[in-house]
Amino acid sequence: MLKCTSLILAMGLALSAAGAAHADAAAAASKTGVKDSGCLLEKNMPGKLIAFDRSKGNCLACHAMPSQPDAVAAGTIGPALINMKLRYPDKAVLREHIYDEMRFNPSTAMPPFGLNKILTPHEIDEVTDFIYGL
Amino acid sequence: MNKVLLALLGAASLLGALPAHAAPAQDLSQMRAYFQHKYPNVKLKNYVYGVYAFDADAMSQYKNIMEFPPFDNVVDKGKKMWDTPFPNGKTYASCFPNGGKDVVGNYPYYDPKLKQVVDFEMALNQCRVKNGQKPYKLGDMKTLGVLDSYARTLSDGMLMNVKVDSPGARAAYQKGKDFFFRREGQMNFACATCHYLYAGQRLRSQTLSPFIGQATHWPVFRGGDKLFTLQKRFVGCQKKVRAAPYKIGSAQYADLEYFLSYMSNGLPLKADVFRQ
Ligand code: HEC
Ligand code: HEC
Repeated sequence: MLKCTSLILAMGLALSAAGAAHADAAAAASKTGVKDSGCLLEKNMPGKLIAFDRSKGNCLACHAMPSQPDAVAAGTIGPALINMKLRYPDKAVLREHIYDEMRFNPSTAMPPFGLNKILTPHEIDEVTDFIYGL
Repeated sequence: MNKVLLALLGAASLLGALPAHAAPAQDLSQMRAYFQHKYPNVKLKNYVYGVYAFDADAMSQYKNIMEFPPFDNVVDKGKKMWDTPFPNGKTYASCFPNGGKDVVGNYPYYDPKLKQVVDFEMALNQCRVKNGQKPYKLGDMKTLGVLDSYARTLSDGMLMNVKVDSPGARAAYQKGKDFFFRREGQMNFACATCHYLYAGQRLRSQTLSPFIGQATHWPVFRGGDKLFTLQKRFVGCQKKVRAAPYKIGSAQYADLEYFLSYMSNGLPLKADVFRQ
C-alpha cells in the first residue's frame, strides 16, 4: 500500500474521462521514485494541522470554520463547517464526505481526498475527528 | 460504481450547464447569460479586468500601477526586436496585414492547410521561419514573450474576433471546450470548476476570475515583472491542481486557447497588464 502520496505532484493521477488511460502511468510512478517529504510529519500530524496545511487538506481554501479563530483567509467555495455533530451525528457519514464528496454530489468541486489518495486513511481519520468537533 | 464511471458522471454533470455540442455562438450567449445572472452588477466590458472587476479596492490599486507600469522597459525591448530587420531586410511588420496593426483579435485561427490552430505567438514564429530565422521556443518568455509584449500592443483596442468557420475549426473548438470542462489531476478539478462554477468566489484569499474576458490582455506581468503568456498561465493552473501540464504550443493548449479566446469575442484587447 502506497503511503504518503499526498505530495506526488503532477503525476497525472487523473481519474477523469481522459485520465483513465493514465492509471497505468500512475501505478508505474508509484513504483519509482516518489517525492514524499510529507511522510515525516504524517504519523503525528493532528487533524487540525492536516486540515489547515496547504499541501495536505487545505480545507480553508474552500471552507470557513467560524468556531476557529485562527481559520483566517478562508475561501467561499464550500459551506462553512460548523455544528458538525448536529448535522452529522454519525461520524462515519462525515468521513465519507471527506473521503469522496463526489459520491454525494458528482459535480462537486471538493477533491475526493480518500479516493484520490490526497490524504492517507489515517490522515482522513484525524481530519474527521477535528471536523466533527467544529 | 467504479471510479472512472463516477468521474465521468462528474464531468458530465459539470457539462450539464452547456450542451455538449452546441454551436459556438450559442455557447457564448449562454455563458454570458450565466455570468450576467450570477453577477448582475458586473458589466460585461469589465470582465477584461479579471478578478479586479470583483473588488473595488483591488481595482483602484491596479489602476494606480497601470499609470506607470513597472514593465515598460520590457515592452521597449520588444519594440526593438519588432523593429529590427531580419538579415534579408524585411521586418515582422511585413508578415502581417496592416503592418501588424489590429490583427491580434483574429487569433487564434484554424489553419485548414496545417490542420491546426495557430495562435499569435505561432504566427510570430512563422514569420521568423519565412524570413530565414530559427523559430523561438514557444515557452521562452525572454525572447518570444518579450517580442509578444510589444507586437500585441499594436492591436490594443481591437475587439476579439475569433472565428470558428470550418469543420476542422469546429472540431478544434470542441476539443478546447472539452478540455475546459474535463476534470484532471489528483485534485480532480476542471478549468471550469474554478473559472466557471466558482468564478467570482474566493479560493482561500484569492478571487477566481471568470473565463469570459480571460484571453484579452496578454502577456501579463505577474508581480509587476514576471512575464506570462496565456499558455504559460495554463501551465501554472494545471500544476496548481496537480495535473500533468501540457507543453506550451501543444495542440491541446492551442485548442484550449482557441475556445477561451472565442469566449472573449467582442471584448477589447489590451496587451501588457499587471497581475498579482
Ligand atoms: C476546492 C474546494 C474544496 C476543498 C479544498 C474542500 N472542500 Fe469540502 N466542500 C466543498 C464544497 C463545494 C462542498 C459543498 C457540497 C458539495 O459540493 O457537494 C463541500 C462540502 C463539504 C462537507 C459537507 C458539508 C456540509 O455542510 O454538509 C464537508 C464535511 C466537507 N466539505 C469537509 C471538507 C474537509 C474536511 C476538507 C479538507 C480536508 C474539505 N472539505 C476541502 C469544497 C471543498
Ligand atoms: C483550483 C483552481 C483553478 C483551476 C482548476 C484553474 N485555475 Fe486558472 N486561476 C486560478 C487562480 C486562483 C488564478 C489567479 C486569479 C485569477 O486571475 O483568476 C487563475 C488565473 C488564471 C488565468 C489568468 C487570468 C487573468 O486575468 O490574469 C487564466 C487565463 C486561467 N487561470 C486559465 C485557466 C485554465 C485554462 C485552467 C484549466 C487548464 C485553469 N485556469 C484552471 C485558479 C484555477
